[in-house]
Amino acid sequence: MEFKFLEENLQTIEQILKKYPTKQAAVMPVLYLAQEQNGWISKEVMLATASILDMNEEDVFGVATFYTMYHKKEMGKHHIQVCTNVSCMLRGGYQIYDAVKEKLGLDNGEVSTDKKFSLEEVECMGSCGTAPMIAVNEDYFENLDKEKALQILDSLN
Amino acid sequence: MEKIVLPEIENFHQLDVYLQNGGYEAAKSAFTQTTDQIIDTVKKSGLRGRGGAAFSAGLKWSFMPKNNAKPKYLCVNGDESEPGSFKDRQILEYNPHQLIEGTIIACYAIGAKSAYIYVRGEYHKWIKLLQKAVDDAYEKGFIGDKMKETFATDFSCDIYVHKGAGAYICGEESALMNSIEGQRGYPRVKPPFPAQNGLWGNPTTINNVETIANIPPIIKKGWEWFSAIGEPKHPGTILFGVSGHVNNPGVFELPSGTLLTDIIYKYAGGVIGDKKIKCVIPGGSSMPPLRGDQLEGVKMDAESLKAVGSAIGTGGIMVMDEDTDLVRVLARIAKFYYHESCGQCTPCREGTGWMLKILNRIVRGEGTKKDVDLLVTIAKNIEGNTVCALGDAAAWPVKFMIERFREEFDAVVKDEVSLEPKNKVHSLRHTANPIAPVQG
Repeated sequence: MEFKFLEENLQTIEQILKKYPTKQAAVMPVLYLAQEQNGWISKEVMLATASILDMNEEDVFGVATFYTMYHKKEMGKHHIQVCTNVSCMLRGGYQIYDAVKEKLGLDNGEVSTDKKFSLEEVECMGSCGTAPMIAVNEDYFENLDKEKALQILDSLN
Repeated sequence: MEKIVLPEIENFHQLDVYLQNGGYEAAKSAFTQTTDQIIDTVKKSGLRGRGGAAFSAGLKWSFMPKNNAKPKYLCVNGDESEPGSFKDRQILEYNPHQLIEGTIIACYAIGAKSAYIYVRGEYHKWIKLLQKAVDDAYEKGFIGDKMKETFATDFSCDIYVHKGAGAYICGEESALMNSIEGQRGYPRVKPPFPAQNGLWGNPTTINNVETIANIPPIIKKGWEWFSAIGEPKHPGTILFGVSGHVNNPGVFELPSGTLLTDIIYKYAGGVIGDKKIKCVIPGGSSMPPLRGDQLEGVKMDAESLKAVGSAIGTGGIMVMDEDTDLVRVLARIAKFYYHESCGQCTPCREGTGWMLKILNRIVRGEGTKKDVDLLVTIAKNIEGNTVCALGDAAAWPVKFMIERFREEFDAVVKDEVSLEPKNKVHSLRHTANPIAPVQG
């Protein structure tokens, strides 16, 4: 699928470039921007990013694959992230994770066929004091139990 | 008790409220002093880094070369990904301007014209809050060119917020710099240290968010005041984040040297259901865990924790009650480090995978006594043999958990050694191009 940065995003990139002395340093924010526009980081996105930042393609590929928050495949409209790290685990993180898995019928990293949901078991999100938690796209939901977590899923459309 | 970093003032995150309460006056006063005076004040205050290593902040600043034509940089580390650590987000939410003011003072002290505040990517909400505060400060002329007028000085600096993208390793200072430069977050070999060769090869200082947020009060009230708070060798307040099996988890700002039992029972409301404590990890998941019977009299500061065989880390206290399955906890910790190992050094890349694999085997009830010993051997072979401290961070929980809770492991493993080979895969990470056999 072809990818071209939108005109407004090109302007944003101009602003981003002012923050750094090199073009390469802008690769992380530019990939975020591309992900926002395209939904995920495809090969075409990486190529467009490389060309706009005068970078080697393999360097962009290296960055995009190193960081877990760049999605290398199309994710669901609601990307559900469940933390199961120790602080959440001690307060029922795995019960939530198992319940969410069952409800969505998805395993870690899978996307539903209607592209509505995707599921990811994530590492510590910094909600240890308000554990357990799930995150839906960019939003945190904290101090949960199994029922509350499932209610949140129900409320998404 | 006075709160230094998280004062209990309503809407303190708003610029006007911050200004009403003496905001940006420390910066004003800093610009009337020489940079040496400021570094000296911070040194004498005894402020130690809050990111884990507890290194003297003033001393770190003094490593920055003077009379060097190269541009200098400050990085403020808000990557905060250590399991059990959730303090920096409190600062970003409730006191971003003190962080910004501290950043300005630090930039002036070390001569940096640009500062990057690196915040972990998952903190979307807090990045927006911080960016708003930075924008407000720009608008009011506290940062950027306009600050020359505001502070009547010829110094100016810029502050940029850099968003991470989900890599724990970027909390390591040299990986953080590589990440800002737009590379994979691989830690660098030291020396050269960042003060000589940091961002884009230029002199750079990296401080934790909480460390920097402590700077304005120190400048305003003096080093004598600060150094008198808490333990003399590690003075000031520390943001302790308590999580796990407690009634009232959260972040508590308390003087260093506060008793661990006081933090758990007085502030965090004690253990759920009044159960006994089996295990406490006092400084985030990388730090050696303590047994429940080791806690009496333990003070929460770098030196006291060292004396009982652990470390202060980021002050993230994880409490586990008597019914906790520590083997599963350790397996979960091992999974974290396996996931987060950047893959650069062999002992860490392979060792974390092996430790996880063996621990999972023990959790499944298929482990033997030999497996437990093998875990310790692997941990010891990772420790100290990697470029950065992630290797140690992965090894310590395994090594110390087994050392201190051996009976937990022995209870679930079998005595006899099975001769059936269990591991048929040589590496958990498959190579794309298998090595061809050598032709004879």
